[in-house]
Amino acid sequence: MWTAIENLAPLWRMGLLVLAALVVASAIVILLRLLKPQKNFAELSARVWAWWIMAAVFFGAVAISDVVSIVFFGFMSFWAMKEYITLLKTRPADHGSLVLTFLAIPVQYYWISIAWYGMFSIFIPVYMSLFLPVRLVLAKETKGYVASAAQIQWGLMAFVFGLSHVGFLLTLPAVSGTSADGRTMLLFLVFVVEISDVLQYVWGKTLGRHKIIPAISPNKTWEGFIGGIASAMLLSLTIRFLTPFSAAETLFVSLLITVAGFCGGAVMSAVKRDFGVKDFGGIIPGHGGMLDRVDSLCYAAPIFLHYVRYFHY
Amino acid sequence: MSSLGTKAQENRAADATRPRRMTLRDITQIVFFAVAVRLFMMLFIGLRVRGREHLNGPGPFILIANHSSHLDTASLLSLFPLMRLRDVRPVAAADYFERNAVVRTLTRAFFNILPIARKNITPENNPLRRMKEALDAGYSLLIFPEGTRGSGEEMGKFRSGVAHLLEQAPGVPVVPAYLVNMGRSLPKGAFIPVPFFCEVRLGAPCIIQGTRQEMIQELEAAVRELKEMD
Repeated sequence: MWTAIENLAPLWRMGLLVLAALVVASAIVILLRLLKPQKNFAELSARVWAWWIMAAVFFGAVAISDVVSIVFFGFMSFWAMKEYITLLKTRPADHGSLVLTFLAIPVQYYWISIAWYGMFSIFIPVYMSLFLPVRLVLAKETKGYVASAAQIQWGLMAFVFGLSHVGFLLTLPAVSGTSADGRTMLLFLVFVVEISDVLQYVWGKTLGRHKIIPAISPNKTWEGFIGGIASAMLLSLTIRFLTPFSAAETLFVSLLITVAGFCGGAVMSAVKRDFGVKDFGGIIPGHGGMLDRVDSLCYAAPIFLHYVRYFHY
Repeated sequence: MSSLGTKAQENRAADATRPRRMTLRDITQIVFFAVAVRLFMMLFIGLRVRGREHLNGPGPFILIANHSSHLDTASLLSLFPLMRLRDVRPVAAADYFERNAVVRTLTRAFFNILPIARKNITPENNPLRRMKEALDAGYSLLIFPEGTRGSGEEMGKFRSGVAHLLEQAPGVPVVPAYLVNMGRSLPKGAFIPVPFFCEVRLGAPCIIQGTRQEMIQELEAAVRELKEMD
């Protein structure tokens, strides 16, 4: 049976692994409930169930076709941006620029669909950042102008531009001499970053003592950070078949993207603190909003994309 | 405010259950809401609803809400079961929503508006009479007591029209609603909506009694209470 699994296409092999991980996680939740019936595991249980749904939706979106994947990641950017602007203090004069901001999302994903790397990488940082302030000028309101221009452009950079790097991975062809291509590396990135989030949470909840940034996120501890990243790095070795990396390089890349992911999570925590909210929304039960789930990816994806483009293509 | 279940209301409820023939217009509206408005509210606006159960009571009733956007009517109507859509008529200014043949056809077909005159009022087009007739015929009404769209930040003063109507139709329950962020998504003068998350907060149906002044104050307080929650 083992060789049969090893002969499967990487995508399906990965699917089986994730399925196994979910079964183990659910079994642990059921065991905990049986062993400690007096404790309330409602939130933990909601989180695990949500992972089943997220994994199923994500695999469906990645496996079906490029168009479905691109629409899926575009929708994630759209939803994340929605959550962000709803919390912003916008002025009536910002309306036109916000319309443009949202129009930029399908355009950015269109560059991905035609695999135009040059335009993909400058459209938002150059053209949108030049043009949005001009649109704001046309609204003829100078009070709060700089704040609006900065807040809108920053959201576009962090959530739309950052997250679109996950989608751009899809355009990368197979790395010569390996079975890895953009799609399998996308799975690697998302798995390592998300499992690291989960493990940081688990280590932090069980052993966490020393807070890293208490002013921003009281739940982030050194124990969670080190334990989570170290265990995610070890787990990443089991899915090396998705990548062109050697074992040592796999560990290095995992370290890179999990630390980047941690930074993304910390940045979004600071944003939430500033807005005075606990979660960005309620689309995912037990997890909060879209931004609460993809915050790490917003940072890890650009780092990962540029790493593999530079060293493996 | 007193509890529900007056004699007058029971009679109206009986009226409302009288079957009306499904017209081509009704079907047009149902299809429009099923395939376009509901999807738009779910995927673009991400509409959140609190107190949806307050819409389940028997009609006719009067739904009142703050008003800052064209999205207000569409989002409130999208909360009704499709088969009950045709029983709800948004009260709307004829001089605006019937300003030309195209707008008139669309607002009638898709929203089933009850057009009322704001100027040159005659006994025939008297708004109160039109609204009373609609209630008697079993329709529920959606009324924005501010009379026009505001900035969305502060609620405007409620006009006295609803109180006049409640005087003529005592015992009709009023369902208060407060709409959040609609005016940010699609403010007055804008044509393209920005997908801010919007929310509809519905309050329990209530019977409003007293002098006109008291009724208006009570209605405003009911909506304001929803505004202040959270």
